[in-house]
Amino acid sequence: MQNKMLSFLGRRRNWTIPYALFLAFFVLVPMTLIVYYAFTNPEGKFTIANIQKFWIHPEAMNTFIYSVVVALITTALCILIGYPAAYILSKMEARKAKLIVILFILPMWINFLIRTLATVALFDFFRIPLGEGALIFGMVYNFLPFMIYPIYNILQKTDPNLIEAAQDLGANPVQVFLKTELPLSIPGIISGILMVFMPVISTFAIAELLTINNIKLFGTTLQENIYNGTWNYGAALSLIMLLLIGLTALMNRDGNSKAAEEGNLI
Amino acid sequence: MIKRILSSSYLGLLLVLLYAPILIIIIFSFTEAKVLGNWTGFSLKLYASIFQGGIHHSLSSALWNTLIIGLIAAFAATILGTMAAIGIHNLQPRSAQAIKMVNTIPILNPDIITAISLFLLFVSLGISQGYTTVILAHITFCTPYVVLSVLPRLRRMNTNLYEAALDLGATPFLAVRKVLIPELKPGMISGFILAFTLSIDDFVVTLFNIGNEGLETLSTYIYADARRGGLTPELRPLSAIIFMTVLILLLVINRRATKKKL
Repeated sequence: MQNKMLSFLGRRRNWTIPYALFLAFFVLVPMTLIVYYAFTNPEGKFTIANIQKFWIHPEAMNTFIYSVVVALITTALCILIGYPAAYILSKMEARKAKLIVILFILPMWINFLIRTLATVALFDFFRIPLGEGALIFGMVYNFLPFMIYPIYNILQKTDPNLIEAAQDLGANPVQVFLKTELPLSIPGIISGILMVFMPVISTFAIAELLTINNIKLFGTTLQENIYNGTWNYGAALSLIMLLLIGLTALMNRDGNSKAAEEGNLI
Repeated sequence: MIKRILSSSYLGLLLVLLYAPILIIIIFSFTEAKVLGNWTGFSLKLYASIFQGGIHHSLSSALWNTLIIGLIAAFAATILGTMAAIGIHNLQPRSAQAIKMVNTIPILNPDIITAISLFLLFVSLGISQGYTTVILAHITFCTPYVVLSVLPRLRRMNTNLYEAALDLGATPFLAVRKVLIPELKPGMISGFILAFTLSIDDFVVTLFNIGNEGLETLSTYIYADARRGGLTPELRPLSAIIFMTVLILLLVINRRATKKKL
């Protein structure tokens, strides 16, 4: 009996079993529950009323569209601001660049709510009114490191021979960038987008703090529904977000796992 | 030359912007004012009150909860994730691919989806929410990162070493301890640190799964504070201390690493 047990443990592929069970119970079952709750009423009967409510009820729909717009603007700004930074870093001496990358990530160690409250204090200090502008600034401020890091990571790994080859073949610096470095860094940009776009839509708390409760994003709508006990509608709204995630993930099917494995997502 | 100055000043400007709010917290940790942004003269009173146990009981218990949950979750995630990574490395490509795919779900999902899905799980099973549910939820979103930081080390190591140890008469357990673990250690350590960081910084998943028995972590405490319209003044020196500790630690590690290379 003991021998059997040992040989079972000895086969290393069996070591996946605990985690596979864990994933099934804490990831797959909960995901299924979102679908289940989305298509049932509080009595547990099948219904599509929750999904219909999203289309009919303008409030949630408007928040959703507004959140997507805010997320698009934030993501675009993060790329515009973050790409040059990542590019400059990748051209630096590795030791120095590593230190600066650490400096970019370090603020993450202060709780984001405290950082957001400090941003509010900063705006008050310079008499900048809180509102939409402050919201976008706060979002870019919070998510910029998530864009810089994956892009830097991939740029820094770019084979210098490719760049040299382009130069030898007569490309000017702009052409070299457009034809070699930019296309090669696209997976980095994509993991950056994944790290910024969806989280912005679903944040809550940040928007309230930066706009004195004037603007709420989709995350807040979700939270309110769960808190008020309207779980089924909350689940339906979550399902809509899940579809959006599935869509972005599908567009980048093999890029995801590759980027994630190379540690780009972190 | 001009190009270099321009590029360094660009990075410099970004860093200044990024650090401005943190600087505000640090500066205003040296004054007693209740509201962040009011300067009522230099004072070390807030620091003194942290070290003399003058902080409110609920804040210190929130701090402890955060650390304990973080340590337990990171520890469990490291063990579970390392075992899983070893297993995945030895699976047929197809099943390995399947597990890896499910493994990325918690990474790709925004916090709030993970939070709601786990909330629904615990509620449907009638499990009352508290310490255990928060820890389980944290293990759920931490472990994938551990798996991803251990897998590359496995791919780079020579698997024959493990077989060799077995052939030389080591029990699988001994071979794991003497051959596999030392090779995987760097990946495990970075996975652990990452898991711990994610756990102590988490807000959304915690908020949904902490229940209403009065249990608080630092994040939920600050959230409740902010909603009441203010930030407990002691949080300023507390954040300043955490920040400086991490800054110094990272700088020391970085310097050591570069010295070793030289």
